Amino acid sequence: MATVETVRTPAAGDNSVQAFDVERVRADFPVLGQSVHGKPLTYLDSGASAQKPTAVLEAMDEVYRTCYANVHRGAYYFSQHLTDRYEGVRTKVARLLNAASDQEIVFTRNVTEAINLVAQSFGNRLSAGDEVIISEMEHHANIVPWQLLRDRGGINLKVVPIADDGSFRLDAYESLLGPKTRLVALTHTSNVLGTVTPMKEIIRLAHKAGAPVLVDGAQAVVHSKVDVQDLDADFYAFTGHKLYGPTAIGVLYGKADLLKEMPPFLGGGDMIRSVSFAETTYADPPHRFEAGTPPIVEAIGLGAAIDYVNGIGMEAIAAHEAGLLAYATKRLGEVEGLRIYGQAKEKAAIVSFTLDGIHPHDIGTIVDREGVAIRVGHHCAQPLMDRFCVPATARASMGLYNTTDDIDVLVRALAKVKELFG
Amino acid sequence: MDEMLRDLYQEVILDHGKHPRNLRHPEGANRQARGYNPLCGDQVTIYLETDADGCILDVAFEGKGCAISIASASLMTEVLCGKTEAEARRLFDDFHRLCTEDGFTLDQAAAEDRKALERLQVLSGVREFPVRVKCATLAWHAMTSALDGGGDATTE
Repeated sequence: MATVETVRTPAAGDNSVQAFDVERVRADFPVLGQSVHGKPLTYLDSGASAQKPTAVLEAMDEVYRTCYANVHRGAYYFSQHLTDRYEGVRTKVARLLNAASDQEIVFTRNVTEAINLVAQSFGNRLSAGDEVIISEMEHHANIVPWQLLRDRGGINLKVVPIADDGSFRLDAYESLLGPKTRLVALTHTSNVLGTVTPMKEIIRLAHKAGAPVLVDGAQAVVHSKVDVQDLDADFYAFTGHKLYGPTAIGVLYGKADLLKEMPPFLGGGDMIRSVSFAETTYADPPHRFEAGTPPIVEAIGLGAAIDYVNGIGMEAIAAHEAGLLAYATKRLGEVEGLRIYGQAKEKAAIVSFTLDGIHPHDIGTIVDREGVAIRVGHHCAQPLMDRFCVPATARASMGLYNTTDDIDVLVRALAKVKELFG
Repeated sequence: MDEMLRDLYQEVILDHGKHPRNLRHPEGANRQARGYNPLCGDQVTIYLETDADGCILDVAFEGKGCAISIASASLMTEVLCGKTEAEARRLFDDFHRLCTEDGFTLDQAAAEDRKALERLQVLSGVREFPVRVKCATLAWHAMTSALDGGGDATTE
């Protein structure tokens, strides 16, 4: 078990928000007590996937042990019981995003599947010459589905360039919007740079041009309160495993009138109204888009994760993480030869960096021996690596359980990297 | 400092990583291939000059990557000169075993490979770091691909 040597306090957080006891929070996450290579685990890779609190593990375990059955099928008690709970999570998600209705919440496997759903179902109505706008800082999950659509349907892909500090260039974006724009698909928070994009303004401008907007919220939902009605987002996607929930459960929010007009994504059981060999009719949204047995227990786990996060409060989490980001930026900035990528004003607790003359892959291996888990590589954002002329970066991404001590451990580990490389 | 790390990043590796040998595009190259590690985005292009009998006259490379992949490419260029195609492929087989098989010693290798393997043994530290084996073998995969007629090799 890892021991904590010093008192962990959120640094320079927003005092107007009720702070939380980070030590108590850490105790909720069993993995954080593990050791790696004889060193306490310092987990700084929540941007890739977050750790899970006991509440999530227990909720899932409890279902498997006491009431597991398939949903939407059985006339028997367990099936009905679990169907109610599964559908209850839809309500929780709708509240999390402030959606107008549960029927606007589609369960998917992850953000990747949610975006592919839109690219297939909404996208197949687009025709040659129609334009989809993305940006230079998109994750591959918000690039490749549109390239596939381009190959299928001859659409054109327009790419918004970003500024040197990693901020979104509204001016460049506005100049790309035009009469042929059929969809804007952009990240709410960059998984590499941490940049929070001015989504409300992005959406306002898109709507002025008559185009709906799909928001990749994989990183945004975990760091801040998201309100899809306030944003006026048309589609909004996020994933459970980055929100302290299980893998294989994601969410696509879609405005009811848009979803209603969209054809099915995958065909199969659960998404139909009636099937005959002559004609099949489809269920209404959201079930139209949920073919086959869904990730039932994962959905229950996501519900528990949402309860957990709500219990701490998203504002408190955001304030805690703002303190961590400020501390990490300062401490890492003091490391000689370290360059941070992404210094936008609006930024989530994600810090990408390189060290002069040392490849990120080598950094990752060496800090791992100190128990530090960071991501190194291209972060599924190769065009962004090209934009900054680097093959890869190292990335520390923080979550609600991280502390300034974690940053100190990373900084000490980086000193060892430099020592080894002389 | 952690001994396993010292084994991985021996002086020779750090030296070749920082000052790679044969980092160039030779004019006489008649075979080439690109090696790509999708995990970290590392890329190397291997250039070979072979004669009519398939004997390797010159080896060089260009590319960017971590200390392990660049040092491995650099060391490879030093041990392949003068080898035939078949010898180069066999050496890669032995080198691959050196990087992956616990307890693999040079006397288990083909007798003709031992001298080269002695030089390459500095890379055997990757055995303890399975994700880094791909870095150590990237240039070799590309070299094999060049012998096969070119194109791209990946470590997937």
